[in-house]
Amino acid sequence: MAGEERRVKIQIKAVKKEYRGDHGTTVALNGVDLDIMENEFVCVVGPSGCGKSTLLNILAGLHEASSGECCLDGEAIHGTDVKRGVVFQQYALFPWQTVLQNVMFGPQMKRLPKAECMEIARKYIRMVGLEDFEGSFPKELSGGMKQRVAIARAYANDPEVLLMDEPFGALDAQTRAQLQTELLKTWEEEKKTCFFITHDVDEAVLLAQRVVIMSARPGRIKRIVDIDIPYPRDQATKSDARFMELKAQIWNEVYQEYLEVRK
Amino acid sequence: MSSETKIRKRAAISDKVWLLISLLVALAVWYLLSIGEKTGRGFPFAPEVLKGLATMVERKALWGDFVSSMISVVMGFGLGFLTALPMAFLMAWYAPVRKIIEPWINFVRNIPALAYSPLVVIILGIGRTPSVVLIWICTFMTMCITIYHGIRNIDNTLVKAARVLGANDVDIFFRITLPATMPFILTAVRLGLSAALTTLLAAESTGARAGLGMRIRTLSTTFESNAMLGYIIIIGIIGTLLNIFVDFIERRLTSWQEKREG
Ligand SMILES: Nc1ncnc2c1ncn2[C@@H]1O[C@H](COP(=O)(O)OP(=O)(O)OP(=O)(O)O)[C@@H](O)[C@H]1O
Ligand SMILES: [Mg+2]
Repeated sequence: MAGEERRVKIQIKAVKKEYRGDHGTTVALNGVDLDIMENEFVCVVGPSGCGKSTLLNILAGLHEASSGECCLDGEAIHGTDVKRGVVFQQYALFPWQTVLQNVMFGPQMKRLPKAECMEIARKYIRMVGLEDFEGSFPKELSGGMKQRVAIARAYANDPEVLLMDEPFGALDAQTRAQLQTELLKTWEEEKKTCFFITHDVDEAVLLAQRVVIMSARPGRIKRIVDIDIPYPRDQATKSDARFMELKAQIWNEVYQEYLEVRK
Repeated sequence: MSSETKIRKRAAISDKVWLLISLLVALAVWYLLSIGEKTGRGFPFAPEVLKGLATMVERKALWGDFVSSMISVVMGFGLGFLTALPMAFLMAWYAPVRKIIEPWINFVRNIPALAYSPLVVIILGIGRTPSVVLIWICTFMTMCITIYHGIRNIDNTLVKAARVLGANDVDIFFRITLPATMPFILTAVRLGLSAALTTLLAAESTGARAGLGMRIRTLSTTFESNAMLGYIIIIGIIGTLLNIFVDFIERRLTSWQEKREG
């Protein structure tokens, strides 16, 4: 990043979100402000129910904020757009389509010729190392493989921003570590702006340039921690002294919030 | 790999063996019923039944009955399917349609078709039309409710995933809603075909000139239980064949589904 001029990619301005339900109104977010720079990798951590997914859904254009607004390149976000790719925690692969067809979905929606769609899809399937499985259906894949397909599918659409909601949350530790390393590598190459939600403080510190800590209901940004560990990073970074220091610090803050919720 | 195919083959063979055993048990039970003094009157054994059916062939009734019933079933079921499919979507998409229609489908669904078949005949007169309409009504209700529940159960994350990948409403309908509903549509077809056959007797109860259901009624008035049992078994066989046909389509269209083993 050194020397590069930094441009704000995503602006979150005084966002408030209320859910009206049968049991009254839930204020999920209240006054969230955040600027995310171009090419930045931001991780969001916070206790369960603090509104992380809500914020991501608003950025994706799947929900509307009750007040305030979010902008991408200065333009207000309304509705979904292929510029903003999403990776969901539950993979959300289309079970009736093969790996190749799933990854091709985005390019096909752009009405590109079929051969080109396949070419793009194959490139990203190779990126996640699943070239031997392009004809498989999701039911034939392990959880880690499914999440790789979901990531390839998001990348194949060539979004400007990647929004990821606990993408590795359901995976075992080893698969998780491997996918983190792969994601780091990809980000270091492509430098797509990433907004990444996780429960795992380790994961946040390993991946992010900045970790955003959210406070419990109603969700607000409590603190932002700069992760001043240089890239390239990998699993070995986790034994770095600075890593441990930052991790302990963030973990503590998140735990405080967790205790708040329990009160 | 070879051990896997071996296991699969063994499973296939034992399935067939089970089918054979099941058939033998049924034949044994049938035979025991046929030699009972009272039960024998209602359950003549296989040779008698075949003889009864042969008489019906001689009377030039069997083939005509079969064809007539099949025409009614195909027409009634076809109309049922063609109307249930769009109605299910309208119910799933538009709350007013759902709120007005659903309670009445559930209300009528529980009434035996035999109860209101005379009303249909009073309105439509005798002939094929009332038979077709009755089958239409019954298959429509079963299929409409089944497909509707299928549409409502679509995993919303899949729709979201398609949206963020740039899909518009038309894309979502053809690439998400339709394939996601396909298993339910096939279940609906299965239930609809079964409903069509079980309604056959009611459908042909008044006014039909031929048909398996109509013939069973006339045979019952002359106590020809051998031919009657033959007709009953024929309806069962038709149902089984239709089921196998739907199974086949299901395997081709929805093999992507996660299936529970065993
Ligand atoms: N569709 C909805 N209707 C009503 N309330 C909702 C809805 N979605 C979320 N909420 C509420 O909003 C709050 C924030 O939910 P959200 O899913 O954003 O939390 P989260 O931080 O992603 O939690 P987790 O870490 O467990 O995924 C919760 O209290 C939740 O109950
Ligand atoms: Mg969440």
